[in-house]
Amino acid sequence: MFGKRLFPGGIHPHEGKNGKAVNGLNPIVELPAPKRVVIPMAQHGGAPAKVAVKKGDHVLMGQLIGEAGGFVSAPVHASVSGTVADIVDQLMFNGSECQAVVIENDFHDEWKLLDLPWQSGKPTADELRQVIRDAGIVGMGGATFPTPVKLSIGAGKVFEKLIINGAECEPYLTADHRLMLEHADGIIDAVEIVKEAFKVPEAIIGVEENKPDAIQALREAIGTREGIRVQALPVRYPQGGEKQLIYALTKRVVPAGGLPIDAGCVVLNAGTCFAIHEAVRERKPLVHRVTTVGGLVQKPGNYLVRIGTPVRNLIKASGGTLPETRTIISGGPMMGTAFQDIDIPVTKGCSGILALGREAIDPEESPCIRCGRCMRACPMQLQPQLMDHYIRAEKFDEADRVGVLSCIECGACTFVCPAKRLLTQSFRAGKRIVNIRRRQQKAREDAEKAALAARNAEQQQNGKEA
Amino acid sequence: MQIKNIAITPSPHVRSSVSTRRLMQEVCLALAPAGIASVILFGAPAAVIIAASVITCVLAEYLYQRLMKQKVTVGDWSAVVTGLLLAYNIPAGAPVWIPIVGGIFAIIIVKQLFGGIGSNFMNPALTARAVLFVSWNAIMIKYPQTVFLAKGRVGLDAVSGATPLAELGKVFTGAEGASLSNVSLLDLLLGNCAGVLGETCKIALILGGVYLIVRKVIDWRIPVSMIGTVAVMYLLTSGFNLGLTARELLSGGLMLGAFFMATDYCTSPQTNKGRLIFGAGCGLLLFVIRAYASYPEGCSFAILFMNVCTPLIDRWTAPRYFGEVRKHG
Repeated sequence: MFGKRLFPGGIHPHEGKNGKAVNGLNPIVELPAPKRVVIPMAQHGGAPAKVAVKKGDHVLMGQLIGEAGGFVSAPVHASVSGTVADIVDQLMFNGSECQAVVIENDFHDEWKLLDLPWQSGKPTADELRQVIRDAGIVGMGGATFPTPVKLSIGAGKVFEKLIINGAECEPYLTADHRLMLEHADGIIDAVEIVKEAFKVPEAIIGVEENKPDAIQALREAIGTREGIRVQALPVRYPQGGEKQLIYALTKRVVPAGGLPIDAGCVVLNAGTCFAIHEAVRERKPLVHRVTTVGGLVQKPGNYLVRIGTPVRNLIKASGGTLPETRTIISGGPMMGTAFQDIDIPVTKGCSGILALGREAIDPEESPCIRCGRCMRACPMQLQPQLMDHYIRAEKFDEADRVGVLSCIECGACTFVCPAKRLLTQSFRAGKRIVNIRRRQQKAREDAEKAALAARNAEQQQNGKEA
Repeated sequence: MQIKNIAITPSPHVRSSVSTRRLMQEVCLALAPAGIASVILFGAPAAVIIAASVITCVLAEYLYQRLMKQKVTVGDWSAVVTGLLLAYNIPAGAPVWIPIVGGIFAIIIVKQLFGGIGSNFMNPALTARAVLFVSWNAIMIKYPQTVFLAKGRVGLDAVSGATPLAELGKVFTGAEGASLSNVSLLDLLLGNCAGVLGETCKIALILGGVYLIVRKVIDWRIPVSMIGTVAVMYLLTSGFNLGLTARELLSGGLMLGAFFMATDYCTSPQTNKGRLIFGAGCGLLLFVIRAYASYPEGCSFAILFMNVCTPLIDRWTAPRYFGEVRKHG
């Protein structure tokens, strides 16, 4: 239907220095734990965690230091053993601030391991979900949505296909590539644990075909296991978008406004699977992750880094940034966030730290020439030029009608735009406003309904009295 | 610690190298062979008109934007494209004030007054040509002979000639004495026939058009559906007369229009389906005007009419987005 593509639209973004081809060959190196870690409470989608320790407390590695702040939230754990030095307001990659626990490392790495609620090796769905929740596991691809929430299958929904996202379609990033290559057994183990606990008939691991060694390693790890397979996917951004990946692997379409489970699927990132493996088999909560350092650095690499390590240490380990660096981003170049302060700590969702040059600075916007390239690039088959027009004209109802809320902010339209318009940025703002307006509309309707009900009740009352 | 000289910009942090200016430069490059051919075929007057038209368009845009205290956008090369297309639609013998008046009209009235690049709803060059055509009709239909045809002829016959379309029209209606053999296919391909200066050399135009399609500057859908529709209409109405159909396709403004003017981004639909409909509409109207109306050629008017329909076509053919659930679908 889309030629060689397995989903509509999409692009082939280019890479600069030290991209996938270079960094895919660099094995994961463990970055030494820093003298002090700064662990933020808001590293995940949803409510921030609540600080559960106080200054002066001694904590073990893996000990709970932040309790989940609600259902859509995740607990936070100490990534070193040591003493709580302070509780501070920490600046994050996205420019917001949140509470963070500062721990002075005693370099003993004494563990406080998770308690597993089951006796033998096989957890039930509820037990597994509880352990994943206790381990503080969130989507490791960068979206950081709490994994147990994804695994809470609503009434009437059927979990038929477990999709593992190993596409890693963002340029430069190789963290998942190396993880799948070096820890294929752990990832496949986690896939089997989830598959059996939730009694899912089929698990499919989608990997872009530019990682043949990882595909090979995963296939070997699967061996003769049934119901798990690896599917090589054409290289095309955003192949790793949840809805695009589901469509590519199952030909199922997630309805607009819906979740993958509405198409019978749950999508977990390869890194998330490895975290599940460590939680279940080694009883270790999420205290570290693999982060790619690439772009304009002396020595690119993939690092196993403790959560809360300052970005500075990663950059130092990579020999520092090159003088042509003009921007530093967390995540991939298509969806990542630019930041200035290199003392910001690495968080659960930090898949990469990239130094980019002049090409990352936005060129000046010019008027839309209606060439239609954005429409062809949009993996959601939206009409970006039209949505942008509506949003800039403050016609938010129209923007809503043409589907702005379905925008996944992948940046493909902005990438191809010859007029260099900041389309994605426009949609981020537009989506926020449309969401607010929808809530206000609903509140108004609810109030009207309540008023009507009250009036009816009053009339009935009056009728009775008469 | 904050690193100095580091910029904070929103994602995405990489951009394609394709820019408006690059696209317009590609179109100019694709138009170059036809321009060179016109100078070879019609001599210096063609060069004068091309130069006057391009200079007028660029200058008009520059002066208007300076005067209106707007950002000057002549650097995007779109005025150059308009200038070239306008020149290509003027006969080589026309006085030099014709492209100047046309250029000013195209840039100021049709383009800038409607908001500049991307906001005009009709093709500036084509609209200007239509205005020149109805205002100074005698000048605009005085087609000079090519230097090769003029050789050995004397008097009026050496200066102006009938376009092949006139002869083909007679063949189509079955007029007495009209014959396909009067119109050489090779002359049509090479451009050795009367016509406006940029439309005659079909080889150069097809070369440029294919270049634009290969370089993904334009989509194949509009030219293919437009030329295809004309072909089908002539085949059907002439009893599958291949000779006539081939000559009709290679005459008049069809190739220039189909590859370079109907594909103008701003005035043609953006959806795939819309582009097919637009091309077919252009082709059908062109056929109707050529075959049944009093004008021998209808390419400009066909495209202009479809320009106006573009917003409607885009609306009708708006794609369903991924996962869209239509309430009354």
